[in-house]
Amino acid sequence: MKRDIILAGVGGQGILSIAAVIGMAAVESGLYLKQAEVHGMSQRGGAVQSHLRISDSPISSDLIPEGSCDMILSVEPMEALRYLPFLAKDGWVVTSSKTFENIDDYPPQDALLKEIRKLKNHIILDAFAIAREIGSQKVSNMVMLGAASDYLGLTRESLEGALDTLFSRKGADVVELNIKALKAGKNGVII
Amino acid sequence: MSRFVLLGDEAIGQGALDAGLSGVYAYPGTPSTEITEYIQKSKEAQERKVHSQWSANEKTAMEAGLGMSYAGKRALVCMKHVGLNVAADAFINAGMTGVNGGLVVVVADDPSMHSSQNEQDSRFYGKFSMVPVLEPSTQQEAYEMTRYGFDLSEKYALPVMLRITTRLAHSRSSVERTANREENPVKLPSDLKQFILLPSIARKRYKMLLSTQEKLEQEGGNSGLNRMEEGKDTSIGVIACGLAYNYYQEVAGTAGMDHPVLKISQYPVPAALLNQFVKKVDRVLVLEEGAPILEESLVGVLENSHRISGRLNGVLPRDGELSPLLVKQALGIPVEPTREVPEIVKNRPPALCKGCGHIDMYNALTEALESYEPGRVFSDIGCYTLGALPPYNAINSCVDMGASITMAKGASDAGLHPAVAVIGDSTFTHSGMTGLLDAVVEETPITIIISDNSTTGMTGGQQSHATNRLLEICKGLGVEEEHIRVMNPLRKHHEENRIIISDELEYHGVSVIIAQRKCIQTASKKVKSL
Repeated sequence: MKRDIILAGVGGQGILSIAAVIGMAAVESGLYLKQAEVHGMSQRGGAVQSHLRISDSPISSDLIPEGSCDMILSVEPMEALRYLPFLAKDGWVVTSSKTFENIDDYPPQDALLKEIRKLKNHIILDAFAIAREIGSQKVSNMVMLGAASDYLGLTRESLEGALDTLFSRKGADVVELNIKALKAGKNGVII
Repeated sequence: MSRFVLLGDEAIGQGALDAGLSGVYAYPGTPSTEITEYIQKSKEAQERKVHSQWSANEKTAMEAGLGMSYAGKRALVCMKHVGLNVAADAFINAGMTGVNGGLVVVVADDPSMHSSQNEQDSRFYGKFSMVPVLEPSTQQEAYEMTRYGFDLSEKYALPVMLRITTRLAHSRSSVERTANREENPVKLPSDLKQFILLPSIARKRYKMLLSTQEKLEQEGGNSGLNRMEEGKDTSIGVIACGLAYNYYQEVAGTAGMDHPVLKISQYPVPAALLNQFVKKVDRVLVLEEGAPILEESLVGVLENSHRISGRLNGVLPRDGELSPLLVKQALGIPVEPTREVPEIVKNRPPALCKGCGHIDMYNALTEALESYEPGRVFSDIGCYTLGALPPYNAINSCVDMGASITMAKGASDAGLHPAVAVIGDSTFTHSGMTGLLDAVVEETPITIIISDNSTTGMTGGQQSHATNRLLEICKGLGVEEEHIRVMNPLRKHHEENRIIISDELEYHGVSVIIAQRKCIQTASKKVKSL
């Protein structure tokens, strides 16, 4: 079993939390993990990405080689497209449709979604709307994790267990909200 | 023992703690910051009262680390690559004094300049100062080599550099801890003149340092950190330093390659080992994350070195990080075309946060400067460097920590008036104060804006030594009180702020304007934790 995932978004959108949940679930499931993050300058509203690799055998490179990534999991549609050179031929793009527009020449949302739909394997959902519906737009990232959860090679229990471990410090209601977001994303309406 | 998922940086922090660390000294700098932060947050470190407060800059950190070593205890000093330029005087001379308690200096390089102004390779400094350098490939090695580094440091009574790069610093993997070692007791050096680098003593110390080199080379052959791995296909032999080893492993694993490999993680590398390896193979590919330092030493200037490939002969790019793809190409493996980034995707550079005080400061400054020819704002290293980008286009320089004030002074000496410096509060106490003193002594006409957000912002909001001290520091350095102005950079104060700046621009002497408003990132973190 081996999964190479690129997590994509804009600094501050919570992709490192997604990485932490997948990472913890993987390690608790006895898998090997390597996860390269971006810290520093780009975190100030710039494009950020994390290379997440899980496998049942030891992993060499911290970076995923071009053309071999199983999934791009993105919390923003334009960011989903930025890492296409890494995507394997039959890889999946799982992304939120909600745009984060902090630059002047941001392209129209329709055009971005059209570009994503050109890919054979894609899942697009409005994580923002789904998250708001269940109580807080802050958990949009966990909605996206939920949408991708069937393709990660990890059990639902392990992901929920990781959420519990990571967020229990913030209170039971925070854990519950995040688990709810995970489920809502898994069952979310694909657009 | 227990396993943890740790960043490379965190693995170093844990390794140091488990090696009996008594103090870490550092100034924040990407990608090294998380080492010190990990120790600061560690319960174990708190219980043991391991020193972990930030230092004013890398030089003070290096010197304090050396002082702790003098007193017999183990100290860790951490910085980013350009921080070592600041600490270089202390670092090079620590090679001359040698150490007492173990002293490990972690330097995190940033090839590809993700968050830096250059991509200098710190191994160069190791060679320059003739101290051992360790270069781990994995998080586990980062942990183990930190521990080994302290032992090595005490064995040869020399500081040891641990060199990492961004990808290892900021990549997570599981790390297995080994048993704790006790901290050292306070114990002064057996020779109380060891640290006095008077020429007569320094000459002796230098001879000692030179005579140790052979032993350090032998150590690099015996430690197991430089190891030869057999391979059937001897058409190419791969010398892989530090992190680059991972990329070769990745590529060779996928492509089913089996070349002899020489993994390098400790310098100086024994010449005998290199010769032995090179003799076994037809050609040599040198993989180094950073500058072609080892490659250069192999190639030399002789003409018969055509068997050596790497960054120097263009098989690998001369600049930037390595990647599995680049290593694949260097090995001559055909690369299938990958998808392209669609044209619709636009660049998304980092930007000042919405509501950031630097924005209002720049808006006031830019308007105050409207009546002058452009090109007179010298800036510095920090979030406010982003004022270089549109829509602000507000600054004309960013060179090194503290250079805003001194470059403005030089330009003013040349006749540029007004000449403006924009510097952050933490950068000011890092390296700006001495430049201000220069200006005060000569009464140089410059206008300095200290954009004070009361934190070290770009690296994630670490404590700033300047907080609540700026006024007193400026007064103490001799700036006239009527030309130390304080303003609150908020949109509603725009007009009065613009007037304050305009007034000071016209003054022919040193003026300091402190634009004071808390970083909105750290302010909102505080609210959340309430």
